[in-house]
Amino acid sequence: MERNENMQAVLMNENNVSSKLTEGKVEDLRECDIRESAKVREYETIGEPFTDNAKICARDVNVYYGDKQAIIDVSLDIGRNEITAMIGPSGCGKSTFLRTMNRMNDIIPDCRFEGNIKLDGEDIYDKEMDTVLLRARVGMVFQKPNPFPKSIYENVAYGPRIHGLAQNKAELDDIVEKSLRRASLFDEVKDQLEKPGTGLSGGQQQRLCIARAIAVGPEVILMDEPCSALDPIATASIEELMDELKEKFTIVIVTHSMQQAARVSQRTAYFHLGKVIEVGDTKEVFTTPKHELTENYITGRIG
Amino acid sequence: MENLHIDQHISRKYNEELEGLRNKVMIMGGMVEKQSRNALEALIKGDSKLAETVATSDYRVNSMEVEIDAECTDILARRQPAASDLRMIITVIKTITDLERIGDEAEKIGRFALKLANNQEPQSYYSELHHLGEHVIEMLHGALDAFARMDVEAAVRVAGRDPEIDQEFEALTRMLITHMMEDPREVKNVLRLNWCARSLERIGDHSANICEYVIYLVKGHDVRHVRLEQIQEQYIQKK
Repeated sequence: MERNENMQAVLMNENNVSSKLTEGKVEDLRECDIRESAKVREYETIGEPFTDNAKICARDVNVYYGDKQAIIDVSLDIGRNEITAMIGPSGCGKSTFLRTMNRMNDIIPDCRFEGNIKLDGEDIYDKEMDTVLLRARVGMVFQKPNPFPKSIYENVAYGPRIHGLAQNKAELDDIVEKSLRRASLFDEVKDQLEKPGTGLSGGQQQRLCIARAIAVGPEVILMDEPCSALDPIATASIEELMDELKEKFTIVIVTHSMQQAARVSQRTAYFHLGKVIEVGDTKEVFTTPKHELTENYITGRIG
Repeated sequence: MENLHIDQHISRKYNEELEGLRNKVMIMGGMVEKQSRNALEALIKGDSKLAETVATSDYRVNSMEVEIDAECTDILARRQPAASDLRMIITVIKTITDLERIGDEAEKIGRFALKLANNQEPQSYYSELHHLGEHVIEMLHGALDAFARMDVEAAVRVAGRDPEIDQEFEALTRMLITHMMEDPREVKNVLRLNWCARSLERIGDHSANICEYVIYLVKGHDVRHVRLEQIQEQYIQKK
Protein backbone atom coordinates (compact mmCIF):
# COMPACT_ATOMS: atom_id res chain seq x y z
CA MET A 1 0.00 0.00 0.00
CA GLU A 2 2.69 2.38 1.05
CA ARG A 3 4.77 1.42 -1.91
CA ASN A 4 1.84 2.19 -4.20
CA GLU A 5 1.63 5.63 -2.72
CA ASN A 6 5.33 6.07 -3.17
CA MET A 7 5.04 4.99 -6.76
CA GLN A 8 2.26 7.47 -7.30
CA ALA A 9 4.31 10.22 -5.77
CA VAL A 10 7.16 9.31 -8.07
CA LEU A 11 4.90 9.24 -11.10
CA MET A 12 3.39 12.58 -10.18
CA ASN A 13 6.85 13.97 -9.80
CA GLU A 14 7.83 12.68 -13.18
CA ASN A 15 4.71 14.20 -14.68
CA ASN A 16 5.65 17.47 -13.13
CA VAL A 17 9.11 17.26 -14.55
CA SER A 18 7.95 16.38 -18.03
CA SER A 19 5.26 19.07 -18.04
CA LYS A 20 7.88 21.55 -16.98
CA LEU A 21 10.08 20.38 -19.77
CA THR A 22 7.31 20.50 -22.36
CA GLU A 23 6.40 23.99 -21.27
CA GLY A 24 10.03 24.83 -21.71
CA LYS A 25 10.38 25.98 -18.13
CA VAL A 26 13.83 24.64 -17.63
CA GLU A 27 14.39 27.50 -15.24
CA ASP A 28 11.97 25.93 -12.73
CA LEU A 29 14.07 22.80 -12.60
CA ARG A 30 17.17 24.81 -11.99
CA GLU A 31 15.35 26.61 -9.20
CA CYS A 32 14.67 23.25 -7.55
CA ASP A 33 18.36 22.49 -7.70
CA ILE A 34 19.18 25.87 -6.32
CA ARG A 35 16.71 25.47 -3.48
CA GLU A 36 18.18 22.06 -2.61
CA SER A 37 21.70 23.37 -2.68
CA ALA A 38 20.61 26.44 -0.72
CA LYS A 39 19.51 24.01 1.99
CA VAL A 40 22.78 22.10 1.84
CA ARG A 41 24.67 25.39 1.87
CA GLU A 42 23.41 25.95 5.41
CA TYR A 43 24.92 22.72 6.76
CA GLU A 44 27.94 22.96 8.98
CA THR A 45 30.53 20.25 8.46
CA ILE A 46 30.18 17.78 11.28
CA GLY A 47 32.76 15.42 12.70
CA GLU A 48 36.43 16.34 12.82
CA PRO A 49 37.48 18.30 9.72
CA PHE A 50 40.69 19.45 11.41
CA THR A 51 43.63 17.39 12.65
CA ASP A 52 46.81 18.10 14.52
CA ASN A 53 49.90 17.98 12.35
CA ALA A 54 48.04 18.34 9.07
CA LYS A 55 49.93 18.13 5.77
CA ILE A 56 47.44 20.23 3.86
CA CYS A 57 45.08 22.78 5.39
CA ALA A 58 42.24 24.02 3.20
CA ARG A 59 40.18 26.90 4.54
CA ASP A 60 36.96 28.45 3.19
CA VAL A 61 37.52 27.04 -0.27
CA ASN A 62 35.01 28.02 -2.94
CA VAL A 63 35.37 26.93 -6.55
CA TYR A 64 33.24 28.15 -9.43
CA TYR A 65 32.98 26.88 -13.00
CA GLY A 66 31.65 29.98 -14.73
CA ASP A 67 28.61 30.95 -12.65
CA LYS A 68 28.12 27.47 -11.23
CA GLN A 69 29.57 26.92 -7.79
CA ALA A 70 31.18 23.48 -7.46
CA ILE A 71 32.72 23.80 -3.99
CA ILE A 72 31.03 25.70 -1.17
CA ASP A 73 32.98 26.89 1.89
CA VAL A 74 35.05 23.76 2.34
CA SER A 75 37.47 23.72 5.25
CA LEU A 76 39.33 20.48 5.65
CA ASP A 77 42.68 19.18 6.86
CA ILE A 78 44.56 16.37 5.16
CA GLY A 79 46.47 14.38 7.76
CA ARG A 80 50.16 13.68 7.34
CA ASN A 81 51.22 10.13 6.42
CA GLU A 82 47.74 8.79 6.30
CA ILE A 83 45.16 8.08 3.65
CA THR A 84 42.20 10.41 3.43
CA ALA A 85 39.27 9.17 1.37
CA MET A 86 36.79 11.54 -0.23
CA ILE A 87 33.45 9.98 -1.09
CA GLY A 88 30.14 11.26 -2.37
CA PRO A 89 27.74 11.02 -5.28
CA SER A 90 28.70 12.16 -8.79
CA GLY A 91 28.93 15.91 -9.10
CA CYS A 92 29.42 16.47 -5.36
CA GLY A 93 32.74 18.25 -5.93
CA LYS A 94 35.13 15.69 -4.53
CA SER A 95 37.28 15.49 -7.68
CA THR A 96 37.20 19.27 -8.05
CA PHE A 97 38.40 19.61 -4.48
CA LEU A 98 41.12 17.01 -5.07
CA ARG A 99 42.36 19.00 -8.04
CA THR A 100 42.50 22.24 -6.08
CA MET A 101 45.25 20.67 -4.01
CA ASN A 102 47.78 20.73 -6.84
CA ARG A 103 46.11 23.48 -8.84
CA MET A 104 45.07 21.22 -11.68
CA ASN A 105 41.94 23.36 -11.97
CA ASP A 106 44.10 26.27 -13.16
CA ILE A 107 44.16 24.61 -16.57
CA ILE A 108 40.37 24.73 -16.86
CA PRO A 109 39.15 28.00 -18.37
CA ASP A 110 36.27 29.60 -16.45
CA CYS A 111 37.36 27.96 -13.22
CA ARG A 112 37.69 30.39 -10.32
CA PHE A 113 39.17 29.62 -6.93
CA GLU A 114 38.57 31.43 -3.65
CA GLY A 115 40.00 30.59 -0.27
CA ASN A 116 43.21 29.33 1.04
CA ILE A 117 45.13 26.06 0.81
CA LYS A 118 48.38 25.57 2.65
CA LEU A 119 50.89 22.79 2.09
CA ASP A 120 53.02 22.57 5.23
CA GLY A 121 52.06 26.16 6.00
CA GLU A 122 52.94 27.43 2.53
CA ASP A 123 50.13 29.03 0.52
CA ILE A 124 49.92 27.10 -2.73
CA TYR A 125 47.80 29.79 -4.37
CA ASP A 126 50.48 32.39 -3.76
CA LYS A 127 51.39 34.34 -6.93
CA GLU A 128 55.01 33.27 -6.51
CA MET A 129 54.14 29.57 -6.40
CA ASP A 130 55.56 27.63 -9.35
CA THR A 131 52.79 25.22 -10.31
CA VAL A 132 55.22 22.86 -12.04
CA LEU A 133 57.18 22.48 -8.81
CA LEU A 134 53.93 22.27 -6.84
CA ARG A 135 52.75 19.37 -8.97
CA ALA A 136 56.04 17.63 -8.40
CA ARG A 137 55.43 17.94 -4.66
CA VAL A 138 51.76 17.01 -4.97
CA GLY A 139 51.58 14.26 -7.55
CA MET A 140 48.50 12.80 -9.13
CA VAL A 141 47.27 9.43 -10.34
CA PHE A 142 44.23 9.39 -12.57
CA GLN A 143 41.25 7.16 -13.11
CA LYS A 144 42.50 5.65 -16.34
CA PRO A 145 46.12 4.56 -16.42
CA ASN A 146 47.78 7.05 -18.76
CA PRO A 147 51.39 6.01 -19.35
CA PHE A 148 53.34 8.07 -21.90
CA PRO A 149 53.73 6.34 -25.25
CA LYS A 150 57.33 5.64 -24.34
CA SER A 151 59.30 2.83 -22.78
CA ILE A 152 58.65 1.73 -19.20
CA TYR A 153 62.02 3.20 -18.24
CA GLU A 154 61.31 6.55 -19.90
CA ASN A 155 57.89 6.79 -18.27
CA VAL A 156 59.53 6.83 -14.87
CA ALA A 157 62.73 8.67 -15.85
CA TYR A 158 60.96 11.58 -17.55
CA GLY A 159 59.98 13.50 -14.43
CA PRO A 160 63.29 13.20 -12.54
CA ARG A 161 65.12 14.24 -15.72
CA ILE A 162 63.16 17.44 -16.37
CA HIS A 163 63.35 18.35 -12.69
CA GLY A 164 67.08 17.69 -12.75
CA LEU A 165 66.95 15.19 -9.94
CA ALA A 166 69.71 12.98 -11.34
CA GLN A 167 73.30 13.99 -12.12
CA ASN A 168 74.07 11.06 -14.37
CA LYS A 169 72.71 7.89 -15.93
CA ALA A 170 73.56 5.74 -12.91
CA GLU A 171 71.60 7.98 -10.56
CA LEU A 172 68.66 8.03 -12.94
CA ASP A 173 68.75 4.22 -13.19
CA ASP A 174 68.70 4.13 -9.43
CA ILE A 175 65.64 6.43 -9.18
CA VAL A 176 63.80 4.40 -11.81
CA GLU A 177 64.50 1.11 -10.04
CA LYS A 178 63.58 2.46 -6.61
CA SER A 179 60.33 3.99 -7.88
CA LEU A 180 59.34 0.82 -9.70
CA ARG A 181 60.16 -1.21 -6.61
CA ARG A 182 58.14 1.09 -4.39
CA ALA A 183 55.22 0.70 -6.78
CA SER A 184 55.64 -3.10 -6.55
CA LEU A 185 56.24 -3.33 -10.27
CA PHE A 186 59.99 -3.79 -10.63
CA ASP A 187 60.12 -7.59 -10.42
CA GLU A 188 57.47 -7.89 -13.10
CA VAL A 189 59.12 -5.54 -15.60
CA LYS A 190 62.85 -5.59 -14.83
CA ASP A 191 63.69 -7.54 -18.00
CA GLN A 192 61.58 -5.39 -20.30
CA LEU A 193 62.32 -1.82 -19.23
CA GLU A 194 62.80 -0.79 -22.87
CA LYS A 195 59.39 -2.07 -23.94
CA PRO A 196 56.54 0.42 -24.27
CA GLY A 197 54.61 1.17 -21.07
CA THR A 198 51.35 0.95 -22.98
CA GLY A 199 51.97 -2.77 -23.54
CA LEU A 200 51.50 -3.59 -19.85
CA SER A 201 48.24 -4.82 -18.34
CA GLY A 202 45.84 -2.26 -16.85
CA GLY A 203 46.91 -2.93 -13.27
CA GLN A 204 50.59 -2.80 -14.23
CA GLN A 205 50.01 0.44 -16.16
CA GLN A 206 48.38 1.99 -13.11
CA ARG A 207 51.31 0.93 -10.94
CA LEU A 208 53.62 2.39 -13.61
CA CYS A 209 51.73 5.68 -13.26
CA ILE A 210 52.17 5.50 -9.50
CA ALA A 211 55.90 4.81 -10.00
CA ARG A 212 56.03 7.82 -12.32
CA ALA A 213 54.28 9.97 -9.71
CA ILE A 214 56.63 8.93 -6.92
CA ALA A 215 59.80 9.18 -9.01
CA VAL A 216 59.94 12.95 -8.55
CA GLY A 217 59.82 12.56 -4.77
CA PRO A 218 56.42 14.04 -4.02
CA GLU A 219 55.10 14.68 -0.53
CA VAL A 220 51.47 14.11 -1.36
CA ILE A 221 49.84 11.79 -3.88
CA LEU A 222 46.35 12.61 -5.08
CA MET A 223 44.46 9.66 -6.53
CA ASP A 224 41.32 10.20 -8.56
CA GLU A 225 39.53 6.85 -8.71
CA PRO A 226 42.77 4.95 -9.29
CA CYS A 227 41.15 1.52 -9.38
CA SER A 228 37.90 2.09 -11.22
CA ALA A 229 39.31 0.66 -14.45
CA LEU A 230 41.02 -2.29 -12.77
CA ASP A 231 39.98 -5.82 -11.87
CA PRO A 232 39.75 -6.89 -8.20
CA ILE A 233 43.22 -8.45 -8.17
CA ALA A 234 44.92 -5.36 -9.58
CA THR A 235 42.77 -3.28 -7.21
CA ALA A 236 43.95 -5.32 -4.23
CA SER A 237 47.59 -4.86 -5.21
CA ILE A 238 47.13 -1.08 -5.61
CA GLU A 239 45.42 -0.93 -2.22
CA GLU A 240 48.24 -2.93 -0.66
CA LEU A 241 50.67 -0.53 -2.29
CA MET A 242 48.82 2.51 -0.94
CA ASP A 243 49.08 1.09 2.54
CA GLU A 244 52.87 0.82 2.18
CA LEU A 245 53.19 4.22 0.52
CA LYS A 246 51.45 6.02 3.35
CA GLU A 247 54.51 5.43 5.54
CA LYS A 248 56.37 7.89 3.34
CA PHE A 249 53.70 9.96 1.62
CA THR A 250 50.39 11.60 2.37
CA ILE A 251 47.65 10.17 0.20
CA VAL A 252 44.27 11.53 -0.77
CA ILE A 253 41.94 9.26 -2.70
CA VAL A 254 38.65 9.97 -4.41
CA THR A 255 36.65 6.81 -4.88
CA HIS A 256 33.16 5.68 -5.76
CA SER A 257 33.76 2.37 -4.05
CA MET A 258 32.70 2.78 -0.46
CA GLN A 259 34.27 -0.54 0.39
CA GLN A 260 37.55 0.73 -0.97
CA ALA A 261 37.34 3.90 1.12
CA ALA A 262 36.51 1.76 4.15
CA ARG A 263 39.41 -0.62 3.46
CA VAL A 264 42.25 1.77 2.75
CA SER A 265 41.65 5.08 4.46
CA GLN A 266 42.15 6.34 7.98
CA ARG A 267 39.91 9.36 7.56
CA THR A 268 36.87 9.81 5.36
CA ALA A 269 35.20 12.97 4.13
CA TYR A 270 31.70 12.84 2.69
CA PHE A 271 30.89 15.45 0.02
CA HIS A 272 27.39 16.41 -1.05
CA LEU A 273 26.45 19.14 -3.55
CA GLY A 274 29.76 20.91 -3.09
CA LYS A 275 29.83 20.82 0.70
CA VAL A 276 31.77 18.63 3.07
CA ILE A 277 28.95 17.18 5.13
CA GLU A 278 30.89 14.95 7.47
CA VAL A 279 34.53 14.15 8.19
CA GLY A 280 35.80 11.62 10.64
CA ASP A 281 37.65 8.52 11.51
CA THR A 282 36.88 6.00 8.76
CA LYS A 283 35.79 3.36 11.28
CA GLU A 284 33.25 5.74 12.77
CA VAL A 285 31.95 7.05 9.47
CA PHE A 286 31.21 3.54 8.27
CA THR A 287 29.67 2.19 11.48
CA THR A 288 28.04 5.21 13.10
CA PRO A 289 27.84 8.15 10.72
CA LYS A 290 26.51 11.27 12.39
CA HIS A 291 24.81 12.99 9.48
CA GLU A 292 21.73 11.57 7.83
CA LEU A 293 23.05 12.35 4.33
CA THR A 294 26.21 10.35 5.04
CA GLU A 295 24.15 7.47 6.40
CA ASN A 296 21.89 7.50 3.36
CA TYR A 297 24.80 7.53 0.94
CA ILE A 298 26.88 4.76 2.46
CA THR A 299 23.91 2.47 3.04
CA GLY A 300 22.47 3.01 -0.44
CA ARG A 301 19.28 4.77 0.61
CA ILE A 302 17.28 7.31 -1.31
CA GLY A 303 18.36 10.66 0.08
CA MET B 1 19.43 8.55 12.84
CA GLU B 2 16.79 7.82 15.46
CA ASN B 3 14.64 6.17 12.84
CA LEU B 4 16.38 3.42 10.98
CA HIS B 5 14.66 3.58 7.65
CA ILE B 6 15.26 0.04 6.60
CA ASP B 7 12.67 0.38 3.84
CA GLN B 8 14.37 3.20 1.97
CA HIS B 9 17.21 1.60 0.08
CA ILE B 10 17.60 2.20 -3.61
CA SER B 11 17.51 -1.58 -3.99
CA ARG B 12 13.99 -2.71 -3.18
CA LYS B 13 15.19 -6.28 -2.82
CA TYR B 14 17.59 -5.18 -0.09
CA ASN B 15 14.65 -3.58 1.75
CA GLU B 16 12.78 -6.85 1.50
CA GLU B 17 15.75 -8.85 2.76
CA LEU B 18 16.22 -6.66 5.82
CA GLU B 19 12.51 -6.44 6.51
CA GLY B 20 12.22 -10.21 6.16
CA LEU B 21 15.13 -10.71 8.51
CA ARG B 22 13.56 -8.48 11.14
CA ASN B 23 10.23 -10.26 10.81
CA LYS B 24 11.92 -13.62 11.33
CA VAL B 25 13.56 -12.37 14.52
CA MET B 26 10.13 -11.23 15.70
CA ILE B 27 8.66 -14.64 14.90
CA MET B 28 11.51 -16.36 16.73
CA GLY B 29 11.00 -13.99 19.66
CA GLY B 30 7.30 -14.88 19.69
CA MET B 31 8.12 -18.59 19.73
CA VAL B 32 10.58 -18.17 22.59
CA GLU B 33 8.14 -16.06 24.58
CA LYS B 34 5.43 -18.68 24.14
CA GLN B 35 7.83 -21.46 25.17
CA SER B 36 8.77 -19.52 28.30
CA ARG B 37 5.14 -18.80 29.16
CA ASN B 38 4.14 -22.42 28.65
CA ALA B 39 7.10 -23.62 30.70
CA LEU B 40 6.07 -21.41 33.60
CA GLU B 41 2.44 -22.47 33.38
CA ALA B 42 3.35 -26.16 33.22
CA LEU B 43 5.57 -25.70 36.27
CA ILE B 44 3.07 -23.81 38.38
CA LYS B 45 0.02 -25.88 37.43
CA GLY B 46 1.84 -29.21 37.40
CA ASP B 47 0.61 -29.76 33.85
CA SER B 48 2.72 -32.68 32.64
CA LYS B 49 1.30 -32.65 29.13
CA LEU B 50 2.17 -29.00 28.59
CA ALA B 51 5.57 -29.62 30.21
CA GLU B 52 6.28 -32.35 27.72
CA THR B 53 5.29 -30.13 24.80
CA VAL B 54 7.68 -27.44 26.02
CA ALA B 55 10.49 -29.93 26.60
CA THR B 56 10.20 -31.32 23.09
CA SER B 57 9.61 -28.17 20.97
CA ASP B 58 12.91 -26.38 21.40
CA TYR B 59 14.17 -27.78 18.09
CA ARG B 60 11.95 -25.27 16.27
CA VAL B 61 13.65 -22.35 17.97
CA ASN B 62 17.03 -23.89 17.20
CA SER B 63 16.33 -24.34 13.51
CA MET B 64 15.06 -20.76 13.35
CA GLU B 65 18.37 -19.59 14.80
CA VAL B 66 20.30 -21.49 12.14
CA GLU B 67 18.06 -20.13 9.39
CA ILE B 68 18.40 -16.49 10.50
CA ASP B 69 22.15 -16.86 10.93
CA ALA B 70 22.44 -18.14 7.36
CA GLU B 71 20.45 -15.16 6.09
CA CYS B 72 22.71 -12.74 7.96
CA THR B 73 25.79 -14.38 6.44
CA ASP B 74 24.20 -14.10 3.03
CA ILE B 75 23.44 -10.39 3.43
CA LEU B 76 26.94 -9.71 4.78
CA ALA B 77 28.50 -11.47 1.82
CA ARG B 78 26.34 -9.99 -0.88
CA ARG B 79 25.43 -6.52 0.35
CA GLN B 80 28.40 -5.48 2.49
CA PRO B 81 26.08 -3.51 4.76
CA ALA B 82 27.39 -0.32 6.37
CA ALA B 83 26.34 1.97 9.21
CA SER B 84 22.82 1.28 10.52
CA ASP B 85 22.36 -1.71 8.19
CA LEU B 86 25.57 -3.23 9.51
CA ARG B 87 24.47 -2.58 13.08
CA MET B 88 21.13 -4.19 12.24
CA ILE B 89 22.82 -7.40 11.08
CA ILE B 90 25.15 -7.50 14.10
CA THR B 91 22.19 -6.89 16.40
CA VAL B 92 20.21 -9.68 14.79
CA ILE B 93 23.09 -12.16 15.05
CA LYS B 94 23.54 -11.36 18.73
CA THR B 95 19.84 -11.20 19.55
CA ILE B 96 19.06 -14.63 18.14
CA THR B 97 21.89 -16.15 20.18
CA ASP B 98 20.25 -14.84 23.34
CA LEU B 99 16.81 -15.92 22.11
CA GLU B 100 18.11 -19.41 21.49
CA ARG B 101 19.54 -19.56 25.02
CA ILE B 102 16.20 -18.39 26.41
CA GLY B 103 14.67 -21.27 24.46
CA ASP B 104 17.13 -23.65 26.14
CA GLU B 105 16.21 -22.31 29.58
CA ALA B 106 12.50 -22.76 28.82
CA GLU B 107 13.22 -26.32 27.73
CA LYS B 108 15.04 -26.98 31.01
CA ILE B 109 12.10 -25.63 33.01
CA GLY B 110 9.82 -27.85 30.93
CA ARG B 111 11.88 -30.93 31.78
CA PHE B 112 11.92 -30.13 35.51
CA ALA B 113 8.19 -29.38 35.39
CA LEU B 114 7.66 -32.85 33.97
CA LYS B 115 9.52 -34.39 36.93
CA LEU B 116 7.77 -32.14 39.45
CA ALA B 117 4.29 -32.73 38.02
CA ASN B 118 3.80 -35.91 40.07
CA ASN B 119 4.51 -34.04 43.23
CA GLN B 120 0.94 -33.07 43.98
CA GLU B 121 1.45 -31.20 47.22
CA PRO B 122 0.78 -27.51 46.57
CA GLN B 123 3.71 -25.57 47.89
CA SER B 124 3.59 -22.19 49.52
CA TYR B 125 6.61 -20.85 47.62
CA TYR B 126 4.95 -21.55 44.26
CA SER B 127 3.40 -18.11 44.44
CA GLU B 128 6.85 -16.50 44.74
CA LEU B 129 8.10 -18.62 41.87
CA HIS B 130 5.06 -17.64 39.85
CA HIS B 131 5.69 -14.00 40.62
CA LEU B 132 9.33 -14.26 39.54
CA GLY B 133 8.26 -16.04 36.34
CA GLU B 134 5.67 -13.43 35.44
CA HIS B 135 8.17 -10.71 36.10
CA VAL B 136 10.75 -12.36 33.83
CA ILE B 137 8.30 -12.98 31.01
CA GLU B 138 7.14 -9.37 31.16
CA MET B 139 10.77 -8.39 30.81
CA LEU B 140 11.26 -10.68 27.81
CA HIS B 141 8.10 -9.27 26.24
CA GLY B 142 9.33 -5.73 26.86
CA ALA B 143 12.73 -6.51 25.32
CA LEU B 144 11.12 -7.94 22.18
CA ASP B 145 8.81 -4.95 22.00
CA ALA B 146 11.73 -2.53 22.29
CA PHE B 147 13.47 -4.43 19.49
CA ALA B 148 10.38 -4.31 17.26
CA ARG B 149 9.92 -0.58 17.77
CA MET B 150 13.66 0.18 18.05
CA ASP B 151 12.76 2.11 21.16
CA VAL B 152 15.83 3.05 23.19
CA GLU B 153 13.96 4.41 26.20
CA ALA B 154 11.85 1.28 26.48
CA ALA B 155 15.01 -0.83 26.17
CA VAL B 156 16.67 1.10 29.00
CA ARG B 157 13.58 0.75 31.19
CA VAL B 158 13.32 -2.99 30.56
CA ALA B 159 17.03 -3.59 31.17
CA GLY B 160 16.64 -1.63 34.40
CA ARG B 161 14.37 -4.32 35.80
CA ASP B 162 17.09 -6.96 35.84
CA PRO B 163 18.39 -6.11 39.35
CA GLU B 164 14.86 -6.59 40.77
CA ILE B 165 14.78 -10.04 39.25
CA ASP B 166 18.17 -10.91 40.66
CA GLN B 167 16.94 -9.86 44.10
CA GLU B 168 13.76 -11.86 43.76
CA PHE B 169 15.77 -14.90 42.73
CA GLU B 170 18.09 -14.56 45.72
CA ALA B 171 15.17 -14.20 48.14
CA LEU B 172 13.53 -17.27 46.63
CA THR B 173 16.75 -19.26 46.91
CA ARG B 174 17.04 -18.37 50.59
CA MET B 175 13.48 -19.51 51.10
CA LEU B 176 14.11 -22.79 49.31
CA ILE B 177 17.25 -23.44 51.40
CA THR B 178 15.23 -22.95 54.56
CA HIS B 179 12.66 -25.36 53.26
CA MET B 180 15.29 -28.00 52.46
CA MET B 181 16.68 -27.73 55.96
CA GLU B 182 13.22 -28.14 57.45
CA ASP B 183 12.32 -31.16 55.39
CA PRO B 184 15.30 -33.10 54.03
CA ARG B 185 12.99 -35.56 52.20
CA GLU B 186 12.05 -32.71 49.88
CA VAL B 187 15.61 -31.75 48.95
CA LYS B 188 15.42 -33.34 45.51
CA ASN B 189 12.25 -31.54 44.45
CA VAL B 190 13.18 -28.24 46.03
CA LEU B 191 16.53 -28.34 44.24
CA ARG B 192 14.66 -28.85 40.99
CA LEU B 193 12.56 -25.82 41.78
CA ASN B 194 15.68 -23.84 42.46
CA TRP B 195 17.04 -24.84 39.05
CA CYS B 196 13.82 -23.56 37.50
CA ALA B 197 14.14 -20.27 39.36
CA ARG B 198 17.72 -20.06 38.15
CA SER B 199 16.57 -20.60 34.56
CA LEU B 200 14.00 -17.83 34.93
CA GLU B 201 16.64 -15.51 36.28
CA ARG B 202 18.84 -16.33 33.27
CA ILE B 203 15.98 -15.50 30.91
CA GLY B 204 15.92 -12.08 32.58
CA ASP B 205 19.66 -11.67 31.90
CA HIS B 206 19.26 -12.61 28.23
CA SER B 207 16.36 -10.15 27.90
CA ALA B 208 18.55 -7.41 29.35
CA ASN B 209 21.22 -8.32 26.75
CA ILE B 210 18.69 -7.90 23.96
CA CYS B 211 17.87 -4.43 25.32
CA GLU B 212 21.55 -3.52 25.15
CA TYR B 213 21.68 -4.60 21.51
CA VAL B 214 18.69 -2.36 20.77
CA ILE B 215 20.60 0.61 22.18
CA TYR B 216 23.59 -0.35 20.00
CA LEU B 217 21.35 -0.69 16.95
CA VAL B 218 19.73 2.72 17.32
CA LYS B 219 22.49 4.79 18.92
CA GLY B 220 25.61 2.99 17.77
CA HIS B 221 26.98 2.85 21.32
CA ASP B 222 28.07 -0.42 22.85
CA VAL B 223 26.62 -0.32 26.37
CA ARG B 224 27.57 -3.83 27.45
CA HIS B 225 29.33 -3.87 30.82
CA VAL B 226 28.38 -0.24 31.41
CA ARG B 227 26.75 0.53 34.76
CA LEU B 228 22.99 0.63 34.61
CA GLU B 229 22.76 4.04 36.30
CA GLN B 230 25.08 5.45 33.66
CA ILE B 231 22.96 4.02 30.83
CA GLN B 232 19.80 5.40 32.40
CA GLU B 233 21.35 8.80 32.83
CA GLN B 234 22.54 8.90 29.25
CA TYR B 235 19.43 7.70 27.45
CA ILE B 236 16.42 8.53 29.59
CA GLN B 237 16.93 12.09 30.75
CA LYS B 238 17.21 13.56 27.28
CA LYS B 239 13.67 14.60 26.56
